[in-house]
Amino acid sequence: MSHDTVTAPEEKGRGFSPASLLRSPLALPLIGLIVVSCLMGLASDNFFSLNNILNVLRQVSVVGVLAVGMTFVILTGGIDLSVGAVMALVGTLSAGMMVNIGLPAPLALVAGIALGLALGVVNGALVAWGRMPAIIVTLATMGMARGLGLIYSGGYPISGLPSWISWFGIGRIGVIPVPVIMMALIYAVAWVVLQRTAFGRHVYAIGGNETAARLSGVKTRRVQLAVYAISGLTASLAAVILTGRLMSGQPNAGVGFELDAIAAVVLGGTAIAGGRGLILGTLIGAVLLGILNNGLNLMGINPYLQDVIKGFIILLAIYIGRDWR
Amino acid sequence: MLELNGIKKRFGRIEVLHGVDLRVHAGEVHALLGENGAGKSTLMKILTGILQPSEGTIRIDGAERHFADYDEAIAAGVGIVFQEFSLIPYLDAVENMFLGRELRGRFGLLDRRAMRARAREIMRQLAVDVPLDVPVARLSVAEQQFVEIAKALSLNARILVLDEPTATLTPSEVEHLFAVMRELRRQDVAIIFISHHLEEIFEICDRITVLRDGQFVGSCAVSEVDNDRVVEMMVGRRIESSFPPKPGVDPAAPVVLEAEEVQLRRGGPVSRFELRSGEILGFAGLVGSGRTETVLALLGAYPAARCKVRMDGVEKRFSGPDEGLAHGIGLLPESRKDEGLITSFSILQNVSLNNYGKYRRNHWFIDLRKELDCTTAAMAAVRVKAQGPHARVDTLSGGNQQKVVIARWLNHDMRVLIFDEPTRGIDVGAKAEIYALMRAFTARGHSIITVSSELPEVIGLSDRVCVFRQGGIVATVEGADINSETIMTHATTGRVEHVA
Ligand SMILES: Nc1ncnc2c1ncn2[C@@H]1O[C@H](COP(=O)(O)OP(=O)(O)OP(=O)(O)O)[C@@H](O)[C@H]1O
Ligand SMILES: [Mg+2]
Repeated sequence: MSHDTVTAPEEKGRGFSPASLLRSPLALPLIGLIVVSCLMGLASDNFFSLNNILNVLRQVSVVGVLAVGMTFVILTGGIDLSVGAVMALVGTLSAGMMVNIGLPAPLALVAGIALGLALGVVNGALVAWGRMPAIIVTLATMGMARGLGLIYSGGYPISGLPSWISWFGIGRIGVIPVPVIMMALIYAVAWVVLQRTAFGRHVYAIGGNETAARLSGVKTRRVQLAVYAISGLTASLAAVILTGRLMSGQPNAGVGFELDAIAAVVLGGTAIAGGRGLILGTLIGAVLLGILNNGLNLMGINPYLQDVIKGFIILLAIYIGRDWR
Repeated sequence: MLELNGIKKRFGRIEVLHGVDLRVHAGEVHALLGENGAGKSTLMKILTGILQPSEGTIRIDGAERHFADYDEAIAAGVGIVFQEFSLIPYLDAVENMFLGRELRGRFGLLDRRAMRARAREIMRQLAVDVPLDVPVARLSVAEQQFVEIAKALSLNARILVLDEPTATLTPSEVEHLFAVMRELRRQDVAIIFISHHLEEIFEICDRITVLRDGQFVGSCAVSEVDNDRVVEMMVGRRIESSFPPKPGVDPAAPVVLEAEEVQLRRGGPVSRFELRSGEILGFAGLVGSGRTETVLALLGAYPAARCKVRMDGVEKRFSGPDEGLAHGIGLLPESRKDEGLITSFSILQNVSLNNYGKYRRNHWFIDLRKELDCTTAAMAAVRVKAQGPHARVDTLSGGNQQKVVIARWLNHDMRVLIFDEPTRGIDVGAKAEIYALMRAFTARGHSIITVSSELPEVIGLSDRVCVFRQGGIVATVEGADINSETIMTHATTGRVEHVA
């Protein structure tokens, strides 16, 4: 038989043998998560308490939500540096609309989310139709968003929000914090979109080979526009959580969060050049970062040294993951 | 001079070479033959240090050698022209040729002039005029192929591997390449030549070695075999005539697509042609004659100076392949690796890439079951040899990758398919099947434009042939005029009308 065209579907990715789990792109981030958790557990007996775990997840939620949009963008081979600034701007303006203009709070929140989405659309249009490099476009819009928030607020936090807003930041349903539930829902939706829709496949395809995707008839620009819009959307959802936690609109919030979001995506095994990666990896990456922050805090390590340690661990993780397929 | 003994190669648990022997003498051109996925490229990558054998030995001049990487092989006088290009797109031809082996002048600075002179000299031997100073990404596929060949020639290798160098070349360019190969043979270079064009084997090669499914089948002098015998060794059975009969197109058949005016460059010639329902229209011409640019321009994927297209009699202006797709026009581009495939995707994901309308569930979601069934059927139709629909396409052999791109379009419900070098790298047996599938497609009243540098393919397949020269169509021939003399005459001496 010289033409053994194999027609039987391979039983790959269905059965969960230990070997297939090891070959999964999630293996390395998971191992990292387990190792770091165990180390933290050894260093502090408080670490594995239910309370502390929920606390870690609650702290992770803001960066975790930002990292969802970032995953979409990075999968197409782009990057979005504006997410931290957009989040701050959305939070500040929403608070402003409630306090200064007297808009009903739910309306102000929705308007804020729409604004974040619009800013994402602007980023996407500049990248897709303006054909400018994403890193430059979003660096510029990052500066603009941050500046606008500071101008509007004069640099001061806007407080005096209706008290129920805090539900988004510190509320609980049963024992589970509301922001953790929000984060879980957002990840679930993102997973479905990336794995089960044509749009999701096109996101991966553009990161894999944009020319081939375009020539085969994929609407590559529309997809690019959409991923930046999604990133704007998740930035404003993160803003809702953050506003609830701080009970104010803070124009200076979230400085450097874009870098944490990128770190979460990359720690989760997504290729920075695009085309490969899983949204669950990002979740693991975000939690890993959160555990590091929490654990180093519990151990009482000097905050400046914490940054050094985190940077070192990120480098190490990426070095180990370099040739992993 | 060169001896490969009992070479085995495993990727993970799968063995793809099961103990292959190859003996090549100095001063001979040795053909390495086999179907798609037989293991030719893998064997050559092992010889040149790019892959390591799982078992077996390599001897050169009697001494056993191990090459840890390609650089070591080059140092030992072994060079290769890869099947899939390895050029850096933003560097020009000269920079690509001397990448990592730059000539240096005084003070260790690059001696660009010397490199250029050497590059020009090699191109002159090949009798081609490839622009040396533009990024290779802007060159046509055939021009890139020449840069790739020149790069290997600049090594002055004693053992030279050419993995399907002629797949995109037209006959006259192949002749120039053969002239260079004969000269190298005279200088006692050992050449290993891979090609799916069997007539080339009989023209240039001295000995052949045949592989089938990673197994050594046999080795003999070319004079001992004929075409049918070689095919039998490769495939294990005989193959009937490869071209399906031409049913003949009804002259009253409606015109589906009409190019009223296509002018690639300002001041260049203006082409017009029409595509009727149920026909295969061939585009012939030398490399660089504007065939690829013309088909890209139809879909708005090439910035032509003028392009006026009618579909079903209605004037259309496509802004890109996505609009073409919406109107039922599909494009199979010339270079599978750069323009056709998402190499990090599986076969399944590549086949359904632009076709999710077919597998929708609840409007938004992909029906994975149906996707798998359709892909499996499409793979079987073109006989993709792979471990399964979930195999990544970058683990497939070159010819099988090409079949995946074809499967993508035949799985689609298109009215017009534009195939640019569709059978590039596909073996004789599979070719016949693809031709039959193309005919089956047109028999349903659809149409195909096929650009091909393989003259026998254009002749055997097309109902009408547009011959290109210097950026425009110089003649359209049909019926008995579709023969190699007429086409080549038009392609080399046809009258080009330049329009202001
Ligand atoms: N990296 C890899 N991982 C797994 N399998 C591989 C890999 N590379 C090649 N193969 C398999 O090895 C076999 C031989 O491939 P090879 O590229 O050598 O074929 P070939 O004879 O050159 O075919 P073609 O005429 O299509 O170029 C194929 O079945 C292919 O799927
Ligand atoms: Mg090959």
